[in-house]
Amino acid sequence: MKCRMCHGRAVIKLPAHNLNLCENCFVTFLQRRVRRTIGSLRLLSPGEKVLVAVSGGKDSLSLWDLLLELGYQAEGLYIDLGIGEYSQKSEEKAVSFAQRKGARLHIQRVKDYFGGLAIPEIARRAKRTSCSVCGLVKRYLMNQSGRCFDVIATGHNLDDEVSFLLGNLLNWQTDALARQAPSLPDRESLRRKVKPLVLCSEREMAAYALIRGIDYILDECPYSQGSTSLLYKSALNRLEQESPGTKLRFYQGFLKSRLAFVAKEEPELQPCENCGYLTTTQICSFCRLQQRVLERV
Amino acid sequence: MEHSSTVRVSYLGKVYEFEGRLRAEKVLQKLNLNPEEVLVIQGNRLVPPDELVEGEIEIRPVISGG
Repeated sequence: MKCRMCHGRAVIKLPAHNLNLCENCFVTFLQRRVRRTIGSLRLLSPGEKVLVAVSGGKDSLSLWDLLLELGYQAEGLYIDLGIGEYSQKSEEKAVSFAQRKGARLHIQRVKDYFGGLAIPEIARRAKRTSCSVCGLVKRYLMNQSGRCFDVIATGHNLDDEVSFLLGNLLNWQTDALARQAPSLPDRESLRRKVKPLVLCSEREMAAYALIRGIDYILDECPYSQGSTSLLYKSALNRLEQESPGTKLRFYQGFLKSRLAFVAKEEPELQPCENCGYLTTTQICSFCRLQQRVLERV
Repeated sequence: MEHSSTVRVSYLGKVYEFEGRLRAEKVLQKLNLNPEEVLVIQGNRLVPPDELVEGEIEIRPVISGG
């Protein structure tokens, strides 16, 4: 198997692109792909200060690496969810990556906002699932930490996006379809959010991390087991195996037609009476969660 | 004296052993794995699907949930 670009020994086969590449050419290919994605989807402008949300996993650490390599001023944010050994290991990976690259890492701890409680206990007290609480808290803390930055970047990859898209279509969640985008614009105190890896598959990101020597956490979050997103990813990868390029076509087709789902009028947002975060209600969902949980501490 | 080789595959905490040298893609077929969902690794090196492997290899899942 020969590399299409340099004719050396290829190490990876990319059926979706009809390409076989060696290690060096694969890194060049992926960096170019991310640079083009950023340009064509107008995700970042030169000189913008980027906060990369890092979990210690392959996608977010690779995204941070890619943005630094592409010359962006990118700092990291790690949110300690307090999920036992999983969170400890994840933090170690994020810290050691930052040290290796000489990049600045900011750390937020969920426990500091909930009277010493971590995600699993917060979820129990709020009678909600850990994943829904985790999503809400992460969005809030990301935005809060992003105040001194122009934009927040997350490591959502092509597989994440198409599995989310499939779930939204299967359940006809048109409001979620309207919000699904590679870039969510600024709204007053809400920072712009971008996903520069939306055209890179999960396998490509794992290969990039391995080749670049990025030490990432291999363990899965214990709460993600049996999630529907894994089922959708598996179904989509079955289709991808039979018909390479399916995931990219599915997502790029959606990008062309997503405006059909966008509501003509955006919901009115107002500052939360408690913290000032923009919300559709008087008190934002983060403050309501905080009040509910702290009442029971 | 004949040299007999084996492939020892670690995948999700289990070890599978196959007789003889095998192409990496054949190992995935034997374990019924979708090449889109894993990487084949030897040492810290990515193993191409057409490479004949022997000795210890790791099959690393690349799909994460959440």
